[in-house]
This record gives sequence, C-alpha cells and structure tokens, in this order.
Amino acid sequence: MAVAAKKASQASTNAKSADSPRIGHKSVGSWTHQQDMAAYREMLLIRRFEERAGQLYGMGLIGGFCHLYIGQEAVVTGTRMMLKPGDQVITGYRDHGHMLACGMDPKGVMAELTGRSGGYSRGKGGSMHMFSIEKGFFGGHGIVGAQISLGTGLAFANKYRGNDNLCVASCGDGAANQGQVYESFNMAELWKLPIIYVIENNRYAMGTAVSRASAQKDFSRRGISFDIPGEQVDGMDVRAVKDAVERAAQWCRGGNGPIILEMQTYRYRGHSMSDPAKYRSKDEVQKMRDEHDPIEMVKTRLLANKVANEDDLKKIDAEVRAVVTEAAEFAQTSPEPDPSELWTDVYA
Amino acid sequence: MATNILMPALSPTMEQGKLAKWLKKEGDRVKSGDVIAEIETDKATMEVEAVDEGVLGKILIEAGAENVLVNTPIAVLIGEGESAGDVQVAAPASAPPPAAASAAPIAAPAIMPAMASAEHEPAMDAASDDGRPWSWDKAQPWAWMAAGAETSDITMREALRDAMAEEMRRDELVFVMGEEVAEYQGAYKITQGLLQEFGERRVIDTPITEHGFAGLGAGAAMAGLKPVIEFMTFNFAMQAIDQIINSSAKTLYMSGGQVKNPIVFRGPNGAAARVAAQHSQDFTPWYSNVPGLKVVAPSNAADAKGLLKAAIRDPNPVVFLENEILYGVSGPVPKNDDFVEPIGKARLHRAGKDVTLIAWSIGMTYASKAAAELEKLGIDAEILDLRTIRPMDTGAILSSVRKTGRCVVIEEGWQQSGVGAEVVSRIVEHAFDFLDAPVLRVSGKDVPMPYAANLEKLALPTIAEIVQAVRAITYR
Repeated sequence: MAVAAKKASQASTNAKSADSPRIGHKSVGSWTHQQDMAAYREMLLIRRFEERAGQLYGMGLIGGFCHLYIGQEAVVTGTRMMLKPGDQVITGYRDHGHMLACGMDPKGVMAELTGRSGGYSRGKGGSMHMFSIEKGFFGGHGIVGAQISLGTGLAFANKYRGNDNLCVASCGDGAANQGQVYESFNMAELWKLPIIYVIENNRYAMGTAVSRASAQKDFSRRGISFDIPGEQVDGMDVRAVKDAVERAAQWCRGGNGPIILEMQTYRYRGHSMSDPAKYRSKDEVQKMRDEHDPIEMVKTRLLANKVANEDDLKKIDAEVRAVVTEAAEFAQTSPEPDPSELWTDVYA
Repeated sequence: MATNILMPALSPTMEQGKLAKWLKKEGDRVKSGDVIAEIETDKATMEVEAVDEGVLGKILIEAGAENVLVNTPIAVLIGEGESAGDVQVAAPASAPPPAAASAAPIAAPAIMPAMASAEHEPAMDAASDDGRPWSWDKAQPWAWMAAGAETSDITMREALRDAMAEEMRRDELVFVMGEEVAEYQGAYKITQGLLQEFGERRVIDTPITEHGFAGLGAGAAMAGLKPVIEFMTFNFAMQAIDQIINSSAKTLYMSGGQVKNPIVFRGPNGAAARVAAQHSQDFTPWYSNVPGLKVVAPSNAADAKGLLKAAIRDPNPVVFLENEILYGVSGPVPKNDDFVEPIGKARLHRAGKDVTLIAWSIGMTYASKAAAELEKLGIDAEILDLRTIRPMDTGAILSSVRKTGRCVVIEEGWQQSGVGAEVVSRIVEHAFDFLDAPVLRVSGKDVPMPYAANLEKLALPTIAEIVQAVRAITYR
C-alpha cells in the first residue's frame, strides 16, 4: 500500500497538466461502523468546543486572536486515528481541534483560552501556544509556517533515535507559500525523515483565496521538485482522511521519507474572530455546510446504516455538550495565574 | 623576464601559512593553471596555481617552511631563454597597500589587511606590538590557573572543536549541524575531525537553508535532542532569527514550562576583515534583548572552551557568538575534559584602580592593549571581560565601577541600543553615587561597514579612541 502511494501519486501527477486541479482522493479504504461512531463523537466535541469558544470570545472571556476550526473537523479526527503512541503532532495557530483530537483535556484547553492557571500553559500561552508532550502535541505556533521546520526537527529526532515514530506537521494553504516550508521539504526528503506534511487547504489564507495567492494550486504537487509524493484528499470525509493517512503513515514508517497530503477542507467561520468576511459569499459557506459538512455526512451514514438512531445521537450530543459546558465552567472559575508566574519558565 | 611567485592569502584574515609541498621542481615548465605547490594554514590546505607561463627558475622557500608571510616571494618564474643561473632574486613585494602604509600609529587589530601582515594573527597594533593579539600584562589568573591545573596552549578554534567533541563523547544526544560542518571540516575549520570521529549521523552537512535548519534544530531540541547549530556567520542567521527568537527562546514560557529547548546556535559574529557591510555586523545586542536566550561572547581559548561546554549542557537556548579574528589566537586551556566555565559570570582580566574598561569578545583585544598604553600615561586601568552578555554579570560591573569610579565600555558594534548602552544604564541606575565622571562608550561607528581598508579601520573602535576616552574622564 505504501509503495502504491508514491506510484499512484506519480501516475496521477503525470496524467495531469499543472493547471488542472486533481479531484480529492475519494478512497475510503476499510472503515467500520465503530469508527463512524468514534468519529462522530470526536468531531462533534471539536465543533461544540469551538462554538463555545466563539461564545466566550464574544463575552470578552477569551482575548487576543482566536482561530476556530469549525468545518475542518474531519482532518484532525481522521488523521489521529492512524497515529500511535510516541508520534508527534505539530500545527499552526488554528490548533484547538488538533489538541482535542490528540486527547488533550478540553478543560485545560479552554482554560488556556481564557488565560487561567488551569490552562495547559498555565495561562501564559493562549489560543495559539499550547503543548502537551504527554499527548504528543508540540504546539500551537503563531508564526505562519514555522511549525513545518520545527516538525521536521521532531521527525529528525525520531530518525536520530532510530524509533518507529513519525511526525504530522500541519499548515494551511497560506503557510504553504512560506520559504522555510520548502527548505524543510528539501531536508526531509534528503534525509528521509518520517514526516507527513498535512496541508489543510481551507481555500483562504485569511481573506486571500488560493487562486489569488498560489501559482500552483494543487498543494499535493508542492513537493514534486524534491521528489516528495503527494495526494489530494477529500478533507471533509473523515474516511478518506483516515485512509490517506494510513497509507502515508506506512510510507513514512517504511523509511521512505516524507509525504504530503493536501486535505481539501473548508472553514465556516472567519480567519479569526475579527474577520469581516467580505471575501466570500454567504451562499458559498452555506452550500458547503449543506453539501459537505463532515459531521452531517457521518450522521447520515450512521442513521442510514442503522448503526444508531436519533435518540442515540442525541444522547451523544448531550454528553458532548456536558463535556464542553464543564470545560467552559472550568475556564471561567480557574483562577488567573499568580502574579509570580510572570517570572517563571523564562529559563529552565 | 623573471617574475616572483608570492605566498598567496587564502582568506580575508590569513597573514601567514606553511609551504607544505612543492609539486614542481626547479627547471620544470609550468603553464598557467598548473598546481605548483600546496600551502596550509590552521584553517585550510590550498593548492597554489601558476598564473603565468614559464620555467620554475628558483625555489626560494623550501617545502615544510612554517609561518611564511603572505606576499613573500616563494619562487621565481623565468622566461624562455633565461637560465636559472641568471636569476636575481627580485626585491620582495613587501610594500603594504596604501591604506596600511598611511595608517594611524595606533591601529585596531581587527582590520589590518592580510597583505600588511605582522607575524601573528590578528595583525598587531603598530604602536605597541608585543607580538601578541592582546596584552596579558597584569592579567588575573582564572581560578583553575591559580589552582595549578595542567594546561596546554591551543587556539580558540581548537578549543571550540574540543568542547564539541568532548560533549559529544559525553552525551549521545548532542549533534552538530550546519553548512559545511562535516566533509568540508567547517567553513572556518571549527568542526575539524568531528565527522571522522562521530560519523554522519551526528555531524550533519545541511543545504544552504538557515531558516529551515534553525527551525529543524529547534524542533529536534523540543524532542529532547541537544543540537549545536553552526551558522557559517551570524550575518546569515538573520535568515533564521525568527526560529531562534520565536521558537527557541519563547517556547518554554509559552508552554508553561513543559517544552525545553536545549540548543546552541554558534558561529562567528561581527567584523572579520575586508568583507564589508553584509558580512561584518555585530548582532550581540539583538540577541541580548531577548528573555529566554542566553548570550555568550568569549574572548579567549579557555573561556571559549569552558563556556561552549557549559552552553551545550545548558537546558536553555544559547546564542554563542564567536569572532573570526580570534579563532587563530592561542591561549592556555586546562586539559581536564570536565572543564566548564559558568555562564553569566564576568572575568576580571586585569586589576587596576583608576578606571574600569568593560569589554567582551574581540573588544578585549582593544581593552587590553589600551590598558598597556594607559599605563605609560600613569593610568591604572582595570579590565572586566563580560564573557556572557545575557544574563549580564551586573554585580561584577558594579563592584569594579564602585572601586574605580570611572568606566569606559568598548563594543565593536553600533552604539545605539547596543550592549554598551545597557551596561551604562545599569551603572547609572545602581552606582551613580560612586561615579566621578560620565561613563563613556567607544563603539563601532554608526555606518554600514565599508569595504575600503582605510574606511574600515575608521569604522571600528581604536585603541587611540579608548585612550582618549579614558583621558577625558580621568582629566589627564
């Protein structure tokens, strides 16, 4: 399967001209009802969490920048399914979904958003800077593209130690135009580092559409000059994400070096909370919600296959809401960091 | 027509070298481009190619000769029809270039062009040339020196290499990465021999990709490795400064203490010689500004070794600022493999009572020579080598200034927002009542580094300026 990834990629690459975007990979591989149930709960948690974060932001309880993941839930959920203990995940600033998918405690994440002592960084990092080494989550980085070099270093450490772990380094379509991304691609392929570069193409870098910023709009081809294989994946379908990551992980763990997965996805909310949303129509967002919503697709499938009925799903919904409510309460009741925290953690 | 073949310079800072081997013998015909000899410095081995055609008439410097000055005639090339017996050794092309010839009597050590060489590198202060790069006159011994540690004299280049090698032997997590650090043996030969001892897994040549490999290093450090990232020079680290500051320096804080970044960013910083504006900047104040970083700038071989070992062992990111001019300077270094010097501690280089000179890195060469000049004027200068810029040893600064009541800070970089400004500020805040005169700074001039030899000399601090500043505040 792993070899097929490269071959398939090369074949499709050869068959396409540079300006005709390929259709996202629709293969869903093996997929069980249990995985549908798990994905439903996970994606719902991320969505409800983010909705609540948006609400707390509106109430002035979360400050600064806050980038919501709503719409993109399938990407992290499907990815996480194929990782194993010791694998590392690193991403940019649209990171809450990644943290929840890594199994980080929603209370600790939400309390970090509100800048409280119960947050993962004890209130000193905020939305864009959270970490959990225990869960293999290495941030949470606010500089566009920086996490790609850092993630390449995490993968380097795996190779240096001779273990079987890989790193998933994610960035958006905007970050994919940063120079250091290509510096990292070059070194990763040169040294055959075990890393999956996930480019979450949500179509807009802040307010700039991919077509207005990217000469090569097929991000799976961004590694061609380094001989890194790539695939476009339907990032709204959690099954396709999981399937692509499964093959990519085999590729990496097989010592073949890096691979690029372009996850074709969409964010429903603005870039951050202060997005004027002048760059796209409401119709475009609504159409995506109606036709491609990652959670609705799973829900429909669960009902159609009679894996769950409406009541079962309502029950999950209620459980998820309870988790989020508890997180939001914790985030408001956890005390602010002690003033002495100002001076801690500057030096180890 | 006989032509002299001269000892060539291999680098902007080379002043002498060894004539390792002749590949042609007297009487051999040579064409332009033929390799006629090999020469060596402590940094590199290079082939000497013939420029003109002719016959190698006479070899003037035998193979194996050491310390051959740049521009010394090493052989004579004769034309067709001439015989070697006719050769009159042409007068040595020893006239220095105009800039050096017209130099002020007191010249800064950093800027003498290679062709105007004195016997040792770096080029000497013309007025007080004691054959050493700086004055150890009245130098205070290190603690280990006073304790009678066994030492050997090695260059700062060797000291840095030994520090890395010893730490790599000690800790498997330490690796070295950078441009030309492995097969080339280091652009400035600091990593000489490391590839041979530790292999390509731990001594890694990178593409020319500063931003990328600085970030890769920071990521590897987050995963618990201990990278030593070499920048060929810190001028190129501007490509990477985002990762040094935004990723390395801040992650511990942003993660609430979870994610450490035990990494060393090292390489030559500041002006070398005649490499002009884009390759001659002192970045010490840039890094000095950033909490989360430690910043080290050693002036001599022992401190270089002891502090680099400490930097590699430190759990924090350390920016380790070396100086190309100082690489070839030898000094006593303890032989002990566990020798470390503490980061954050200044070193009293010379005890004195009339004025405190504060310097670090190459600034120490100016300070120590200025002290020797001042002594001729009856002024007894104390010299403090800061060694570490962040954390700054404020206690050492204050105790010296409280004793002397006067201070001059010497800095090769620009004055505005420089390290000197910070030192002065700390003195004024904490020792104002002890001052008998304003604290002055002698710094690099507020211009991009010029290429022309005479202008470069003017752009750097000079010993004369230090002497003048001290006289101004001692009213002598």
